[in-house]
Amino acid sequence: MSSTFAIKTDGVSKLYYLGERGQYGKTFREAIVDSLNRVNPFSRFNGDGRANGHADLWALNDVCFEIRPGEIVGVIGRNGAGKSTLLKILSRITEPTKGRAEIYGRVGSLLEVGTGFHPELSGRENIYLNGSILGMTRREIESKFDEIVAFAELDQFIDTPVKRYSSGMYVRLAFAVAAHLEPEILLVDEVLAVGDAAFQKKCLGKMSDVAKHGRTILLVSHNTAALLNLCDRGILLEKGRVVEDGPIEPVIQKYLKGLRAATSRDLSTHNDRQGRGKVRFTSVRFEDESGNTIEHGISGEPLVVALDYESADNRPLLNSRASVVFFDGLGQALFNCVTDLVIHDPITLPPSGTIRCVVPRLPLSQNQYVLTLFLQVNREIEDWIHNAIELNVIDGDFYGTGRLYPEGWRGKGVLVPHSWTVEGK
Amino acid sequence: MLKEHAEAVDRLMPHLVIEPRGHWSSLNLRDLWRYRELFYFLTWRDVKIRYKQTALGAAWAILQPVFNMILFSIIFGKVAKLPSDDIPYPLFAFAGLLPWTFFSNAIGMAGSSLVGNANLITKVYFPRLIIPAAAVLAGLVDFAFAFVVMLVLLLWYQVPLGFNLIMLPMLVALTSALAFATGTLLSSLNVKYRDIRYVIPFLTQFWMFATPIIYPVSMMPEKYQWIFRLNPLTGIIEGYRVALLSGVNRSSFDWAAIGFSAFITLLLLAYAAHHFRSTERIFADII
Repeated sequence: MSSTFAIKTDGVSKLYYLGERGQYGKTFREAIVDSLNRVNPFSRFNGDGRANGHADLWALNDVCFEIRPGEIVGVIGRNGAGKSTLLKILSRITEPTKGRAEIYGRVGSLLEVGTGFHPELSGRENIYLNGSILGMTRREIESKFDEIVAFAELDQFIDTPVKRYSSGMYVRLAFAVAAHLEPEILLVDEVLAVGDAAFQKKCLGKMSDVAKHGRTILLVSHNTAALLNLCDRGILLEKGRVVEDGPIEPVIQKYLKGLRAATSRDLSTHNDRQGRGKVRFTSVRFEDESGNTIEHGISGEPLVVALDYESADNRPLLNSRASVVFFDGLGQALFNCVTDLVIHDPITLPPSGTIRCVVPRLPLSQNQYVLTLFLQVNREIEDWIHNAIELNVIDGDFYGTGRLYPEGWRGKGVLVPHSWTVEGK
Repeated sequence: MLKEHAEAVDRLMPHLVIEPRGHWSSLNLRDLWRYRELFYFLTWRDVKIRYKQTALGAAWAILQPVFNMILFSIIFGKVAKLPSDDIPYPLFAFAGLLPWTFFSNAIGMAGSSLVGNANLITKVYFPRLIIPAAAVLAGLVDFAFAFVVMLVLLLWYQVPLGFNLIMLPMLVALTSALAFATGTLLSSLNVKYRDIRYVIPFLTQFWMFATPIIYPVSMMPEKYQWIFRLNPLTGIIEGYRVALLSGVNRSSFDWAAIGFSAFITLLLLAYAAHHFRSTERIFADII
């Protein structure tokens, strides 16, 4: 028996219970009520009364692949395709519902830079803490300590508490520790999405160094350019399944093709709509500020929702009113962009054409959202399409500080520009 | 030759199998041992940051039991005139408060430790049992500080230390084990039911009054004393008094009570470990 593979998965599947609170996250009271109900057959409240219903989700479904030692594999897929779940299972953070994975070799996983960093501790102390959390031995950390400090370019500040670091310094230190991990197998999630461009480049350089030393790397990223540079092989996930596995280029091409199909959506055949229907939306897509179709929105960047429409007869559309409503994945309305909110005078539209709703700095954090489109002409609702298109948003530098919502708040809701002031007594 | 070499390398390579575990999975002690350095670092972190940014720093480790002792001496010793087995009341109270403060802080810290370390649990693997264990161990540092105060008090009251002191390490180990078992159980319950966070203060308050800290068991009617003995802390706290204060009242260890405490501690440890293991696999999904 020889290890011809570094990682092998066999039918790995993961089921999440979405529901109101999921299967596990009951409060004490709910657990007590539930267990009382189980005992009492005449209970008025039957177990299904709660709204957690049947919202099960197979985040991963029968995932099988083998990765040979020394291979560098990029895992791609849209938000919610199961990429992170896969990494979490392989790094033993959560366990599969079904199936089995085998790993030969020491695993280092990097799901976040700076895991366990404590703001009150100094740079030096955090190197030791973070290093040991990532699986380095004390001796290893000691021997690489100087190298890590040099890589982070932080010599003078090494005994300063990291809470006084700038966000750039923080990320540099965190990545410096991670970059000096030397496991045989490295699992990396989206960590390159933070930090400034120059440092990202340095990190990519370090990663390809690591790769040249014959280590196995499994890398999850939205950054297709980086994946093309680093990986030989790609695995494309879609709704928890492996849909493509092979050389990186064709896999990325297939991924991008899928995104385009998803981002410009033909609405002419869409049946689930309300309104009189004399004027109708025919398609919807997302664009950047220069009019290029884009696959996803980025927090803090401009987002243009382009709506093509047509009317049955060739008359101008007097007194028109259009709106785009942004909902989160749970169907909660977040905000509404309406023409007459921002344009004072009544507007007249040409009989057919394209209207564009411009959100100058997209105030949404990384997640999936759903848009509802609405068009009214002369007080008559012409077209109203619920859940017309999905919008994938990826994290961006909304606040200009390089920082994201704190852990636990990620992917929740709306980003609001704000400032703070302080006044001493 | 070459093939043999390859096989030898294979044997050295760690081989990891990931699959769904049952409710009754073993504790995986080997994994715990492998992560002993992380255990050390997490304990060190907990000690290091506990009193950062507090004006008095580590003095709090001493102030908490000392203030309680003064308060109790006035209210229960002077005003209520509770008996204290012929021991000066402040000594009596402090010998009980010393282990109690450690115990209650340890279960509080350990109980909230998993939720407090959610960022670690969702991002990196290590045996999760390390987290509550580190919280308990970090509490021992405070215990050591408070113990110095105990020695000063003994000096002040001119109480000679006796041979009984030799049992102290065993008692500390027993307290730690009981705190670890209770804290671990609370911590894993807290992940599932956040209500536990509100339960812990009540629990410690109730437990304190149910334990002979401000009063001796001997003041209770003989026929009800067994109820107090059901509390595993009773035997332990009385053990501390004998170990530290036998120079005053010539008492001796109640081995049955200590044995009973050890027995309950073992049972609780086994149950806590089982409960922790069976919910550990879903921590990352629900925390």
